[in-house]
Amino acid sequence: MIVRLMGEGQYRVSDDLRDRLSELDDLAGAAAEADDEPELDGHLDQMWELVRAEGEKLPDAELSPSDAVIPPSDLTLAETRRLMSAEGFIPDLPAE
Amino acid sequence: MAGLMSRTSNVISAWISKLLDRAEDPSVTLDYSYERQREQLQNVKKGVADVVTAKKRLELQTAKLEQEVVKLEGQARQALGAGREDLARGALERKALAQQQLQGLDQQATDLEAQQQKLIEAERRLAAKVEAFRSQKEVIKAQYSAAEAQVRIGEAASGIGEEMADTGLAIERARDKTEQMQARAGAIEELTEAGTLEDMTGTGGSELDRELAQISASHQVDDELARLKGELGAGQEKKELEQ
Repeated sequence: MIVRLMGEGQYRVSDDLRDRLSELDDLAGAAAEADDEPELDGHLDQMWELVRAEGEKLPDAELSPSDAVIPPSDLTLAETRRLMSAEGFIPDLPAE
Repeated sequence: MAGLMSRTSNVISAWISKLLDRAEDPSVTLDYSYERQREQLQNVKKGVADVVTAKKRLELQTAKLEQEVVKLEGQARQALGAGREDLARGALERKALAQQQLQGLDQQATDLEAQQQKLIEAERRLAAKVEAFRSQKEVIKAQYSAAEAQVRIGEAASGIGEEMADTGLAIERARDKTEQMQARAGAIEELTEAGTLEDMTGTGGSELDRELAQISASHQVDDELARLKGELGAGQEKKELEQ
């Protein structure tokens, strides 16, 4: 699936990476619910690092929309919560 | 359901498909979409340019503030020379506060620099996508049936819409940051201005200016009094001697 790192562009991620991101996303969602900003930021940083390290950056001219968007950890908790949906940052996609 | 960006691009692609449903001729809509994208790209370019300008202005302001902070020490020295430790303390306190604030401003400037670099890259990415849309729309017009074209256009347009929304949000955040920095710089300016020695005799001077001016004036008065006393005293002695 295609993931956007907010403000930094899109990456294609493997199914395996998607699953690991989903786990971190659950933790991030829980941290946000618990108002635990350091915890949330830690999970978001981990998600960014994973996508950067293992994702494949899409070319600039690629026109596909993303399946998920990951906010950066320098957003405040309030800003992040506004962006977040009930299911977290990564949607539960049906397996392809 | 995903984050704001996906939702934003969904809104945009929904809007575009609605537009496409209404259009009789998909090729007309394609050209229209492309024109809209070019307009929005211009807005993004202007937004990025505004952030760059605001950042440059802040850099000049910060450099000036650093000079003002140095001046405060000179004032403290002057006040101390005049035997006014209270005034010297006040000037040094302001200097310390202003220095702390300046350090905070430096950190924000570093963050803004990074944001600015990302914005410039985002603008480049968006321009590449709009250009890709321009060439794709010609292919779509030439090769696909109206129904197929609609699907492809919808996807491409929502991809671009997402990039637009993401860049727009990044511009907004950078703009917020420059506003915070401007407020901070303004506060430092007030701190240092309360102590600047410019225009000592004028009406624009601060409390410290006026007090220092008073000291200097009262020193002058003391000196002159002493001189007059000296002259008078000398005159008196001369008189006494003559008698």
